[in-house]
Amino acid sequence: MRGLTASALSKLLWVLLPIVVLAALSVGTIDIPVSAIIQRTMNLVLGQAGAPIKDDYLSAVIFDIRLPRIILAFLVGAILAISGAVMQGLFRNPLAAPSLIGVSSGASVGASVVIVFAGSMLQSHSIIGLSLVACGAFIGSFLVTLFVYRLSTSTLGTSVTTMLLTGLAVSALAGALNSLLSYFADNEMLRQISIWQMGNLSTANWSRVIIIGAVGLVVLVLFPRDSKALNALLLGESEARHLGIDVQKVKRRLIILTTLGVGVSVAIAGMIGFVGLVVPHIVRLLIGPDHRSLLPVSALAGGILLVIADTVARVIISPTELPTGILTALLGAPFFILLLTHQRKASTIWP
Amino acid sequence: MALVAENISLYLSGFNILRNINLSISAGKVTAIVGPNGAGKSTLIKVLSGDILPTSGGVLLNDKKLDRWPLEQRAKTMSVLPQHSSLDFPFTASEVVSLGRIPHQTGVQKDNEIVKEALDLVDASYLKSRFFTQMSGGEKQRVQLARVLAQIWEKEVYGEQFLVLDEPTASLDLSHQMLTVKVVTDLAKQGVGVVMVIHDLNLAASCADHIVVFDKGIIAATGQPDQVLNQELIGKVFGINPVIISHPNTGKPLVFS
Repeated sequence: MRGLTASALSKLLWVLLPIVVLAALSVGTIDIPVSAIIQRTMNLVLGQAGAPIKDDYLSAVIFDIRLPRIILAFLVGAILAISGAVMQGLFRNPLAAPSLIGVSSGASVGASVVIVFAGSMLQSHSIIGLSLVACGAFIGSFLVTLFVYRLSTSTLGTSVTTMLLTGLAVSALAGALNSLLSYFADNEMLRQISIWQMGNLSTANWSRVIIIGAVGLVVLVLFPRDSKALNALLLGESEARHLGIDVQKVKRRLIILTTLGVGVSVAIAGMIGFVGLVVPHIVRLLIGPDHRSLLPVSALAGGILLVIADTVARVIISPTELPTGILTALLGAPFFILLLTHQRKASTIWP
Repeated sequence: MALVAENISLYLSGFNILRNINLSISAGKVTAIVGPNGAGKSTLIKVLSGDILPTSGGVLLNDKKLDRWPLEQRAKTMSVLPQHSSLDFPFTASEVVSLGRIPHQTGVQKDNEIVKEALDLVDASYLKSRFFTQMSGGEKQRVQLARVLAQIWEKEVYGEQFLVLDEPTASLDLSHQMLTVKVVTDLAKQGVGVVMVIHDLNLAASCADHIVVFDKGIIAATGQPDQVLNQELIGKVFGINPVIISHPNTGKPLVFS
């Protein structure tokens, strides 16, 4: 039996979200009391200049450092989780995830290429520079998804072995290309490239939030419209066609959207693995595989999870911080192994 | 109106899998396709349902070429049960059957009623909250049958409806084989054209209005069960020496190998 109904879980998460955000705003190298956060937010929202507060740096910490970072973490987590859920439906396999099948690696190569070859334009953290990197990441992840999908999926279904092995090969290739690019890169480029490989949200600022927000809006609005088609696709491609779904069109649209989401997330926040695998999986266990509720709930849960993970990464070895990608990988990899052994027992893996 | 194969040939990687097939599936009748393994039965079904495009010839659904049909209208007119269905996500039986209502805009309440009735019809109501991934082969097959039934549950405005089944009885026990046969013949009585691939000649004889004997990519014989199921033809096609008698109660032919 299922643990929860979709609406119950969704309500729970909506209650959790403000609590998590407040907590994330409050903790860090300097702890800010919740009352101070609320007071300064009220000031900002109501436009009360009031008496200038002498410890004004708190406002800067809240609104220029922590808030953009929290929003960024939420959006990246939401995009990765919903993209993972869609990708699992598309591949008709619960083990497909952007970080496992090499899509994130492809994105990082695409981003690195842009940094190395268009380096001078990117020295400043301008929106144009960031958008270029995002485009590179999008193209990289798009090519990889297409390649892996073509190789591993036939009319009979998706071969998990081929899918994971292709992902492994692509990741190895991407690693080599990244090393090659690093070899030719100068110091500033090297610093930027290494940021992705660790997955780090510490570079958050409002211009990054704007880019990821735009992409997030597109992805989060368009994905749920194909929920029914994804449900039908779980039966198989020809079955979906017999149910009146234009499978080719839906597949093309979903591949472009997932790679857009994953690519841009990687360009902005780096390689944050396993969110796209773990979150949809747990949500599916709790409320079932119906994409009409799975997609929005996964997005919400993924956002909250990454805000929590990023907050933990910020404070766990304070005053320095852990790259978020390392933390998600430390938690996600054992979970993935657990899934593999479980699937093996249930013998639902295709040959 | 009918589902018609017009002079279909299929040539795949050097083999003539189908050769000049002409076949008409009439509405309101049950047509059974029988034949040895590898004869091309499933391929023919895939061509009839639009999964594979023939090398030459074409398929007409209610006098309109199959690939000219808008997909949603076609889904409301023709429902297809493939031989193998892999579904590795834990949908409940009710949810699987409700996927059959995707082409329709009849509302949740109506759809739920249809899902319930369809599950009842194939004796799978007891499975409604169970996970598809944990069912036996026969249970899965009945739930999938309920799904394709729910898809054409009500008459539509696009002409006669058709149900295409590839070995619907393959993993069923005797009583559920009989149940499937009854469901299918009842459906034909309501005007739906049913075409199915089936291995059991006696089961085919008991329910089919027409039997098409398929061998090496061509139609070896077609007609009513007692015309087609004769010793010479069955012996030749299946490479056996059969004994054929009349069923003591129904008078339909019974084949013993």
